[in-house]
Amino acid sequence: MRNPQLNKNGELQHLLTLDGLPRDVIVSILDHAAPFTEVAEREVKKLPLLRGKSIFNLFFENSTRTRTTFEIAAKRLSADVVNLNVSTSSTAKGESLLDTIDNLCAMHADMFVVRHAASGAPVLIAKHLQAAGRDHIHVVNAGDGRHAHPTQGLLDMYTIRHYKHDFTQLTVAIVGDVLHSRVARSQIAALNTLGVPELRVIAPKTLLPAEIEKLGIRVFHDMSEGLKDVDVVMMLRLQNERMSGALLPTPQEYYKVWGLTEEKLALAKSDAIVMHPGPMNRGVEIDSAVADGSQAVILPQVTFGIAVRMAVMSMLAGQ
Amino acid sequence: MPQLPDAETLCRQLAEQIRPCLKPNTVLIGIRTGGEWLARRLHALLGIEEPPGAIDISFYRDDYGAKGLHASPQRTHIPFSIEEAPVILVDDVLYTGRTTRAALNEIFDFGRPASVELAVLVDRGGRELPVAARYCAHILPEPLPASQNLQLEETEDGNLTLRLIDA
Repeated sequence: MRNPQLNKNGELQHLLTLDGLPRDVIVSILDHAAPFTEVAEREVKKLPLLRGKSIFNLFFENSTRTRTTFEIAAKRLSADVVNLNVSTSSTAKGESLLDTIDNLCAMHADMFVVRHAASGAPVLIAKHLQAAGRDHIHVVNAGDGRHAHPTQGLLDMYTIRHYKHDFTQLTVAIVGDVLHSRVARSQIAALNTLGVPELRVIAPKTLLPAEIEKLGIRVFHDMSEGLKDVDVVMMLRLQNERMSGALLPTPQEYYKVWGLTEEKLALAKSDAIVMHPGPMNRGVEIDSAVADGSQAVILPQVTFGIAVRMAVMSMLAGQ
Repeated sequence: MPQLPDAETLCRQLAEQIRPCLKPNTVLIGIRTGGEWLARRLHALLGIEEPPGAIDISFYRDDYGAKGLHASPQRTHIPFSIEEAPVILVDDVLYTGRTTRAALNEIFDFGRPASVELAVLVDRGGRELPVAARYCAHILPEPLPASQNLQLEETEDGNLTLRLIDA
């Protein structure tokens, strides 16, 4: 079966997940993103590429950073952006997801940027559009359940490439709540595809999915062992809102064992970079001295995220 | 196939056309990639102070809707303020005029120049927009058919040559 993200020419039709996305497509997105970073420095921070296109931001789950960066990216491409506040929309009155989509199609939507608490919602929408013969409408997954957050994964890859250049020479550690993290799933898929030779995960057993070793990952349950000599530290947010049951001790205890402090970071390579997808819980998964320190590239991640989303949207709309 | 003139000779001729019209604050902007090489060459020949800018017009093309995004767009880099500057836009070959249109739009997103003039190595005919070059080193006697691409190339030793390719 054809990869549902690619059209018959092998070009990007939707961006749903990084899992199974060919290496050349990922590299092409990163390459395309580079020239978009320069636009922010112009007098007029706008390109005419998506002039006349209507992009609907459908956020069925709260988000500030992702929604804002998608909106800025679309506006810098001159698209018309409509943000649907789902809590006050017809969904709250009982309309189904696909009925909402059909109605927006009737308003001549060109692209949907979708965040949903249910894993697979963006795939469902993409299949629905395909079944209806609406191949000119594109879907971008902005995070679905525990499944995937592909643009976050891509901006992380852009950030790593910006600072470290060659993926095939790197040791990368992902630290924290992997179990609930769609970000981690997208990162792992992309890092494997891009040929990172040593990929580590550092987490308590209760926050790891079963059989994670099968993804080609070295698992550590100890920060000082896992951080030794790494080039890239990718912190994850502790997702309190997704916790059910007693998976964890108190935040203070978590910080003591799993929080990234300067002492623990000193075990990594001296030029290691520290990343975080945001929003950060300071004093829980990361110490302020590290978050604001010279090795942190957390704010550049946000800036690169706009360029990466511009690249994705302009590649999709140009198909 | 028409006899193609020597690009290095044309480059020097183009510089001599521009020289008497130079203003103290004239800046050069080359359109990637051929125009960028040419702008660097003109910059050295004319002894202009500001290093030349380079623009990639991929994001301003008028055929994005039909053809999608260019496979490998490059960064636009303009290292000076465009505001009130006399700009000479440099391209290797003038054809339909669509590239020039895209470049003008992009330049104005950086500010309001005092003026923009166009300098090209070769005019191959076939204009589809009201665009003319102020400085032009060579006009082909007969317009080239659309099936042929005329482009500037840089050899390994840094020399510029013109090449005709069947599209």
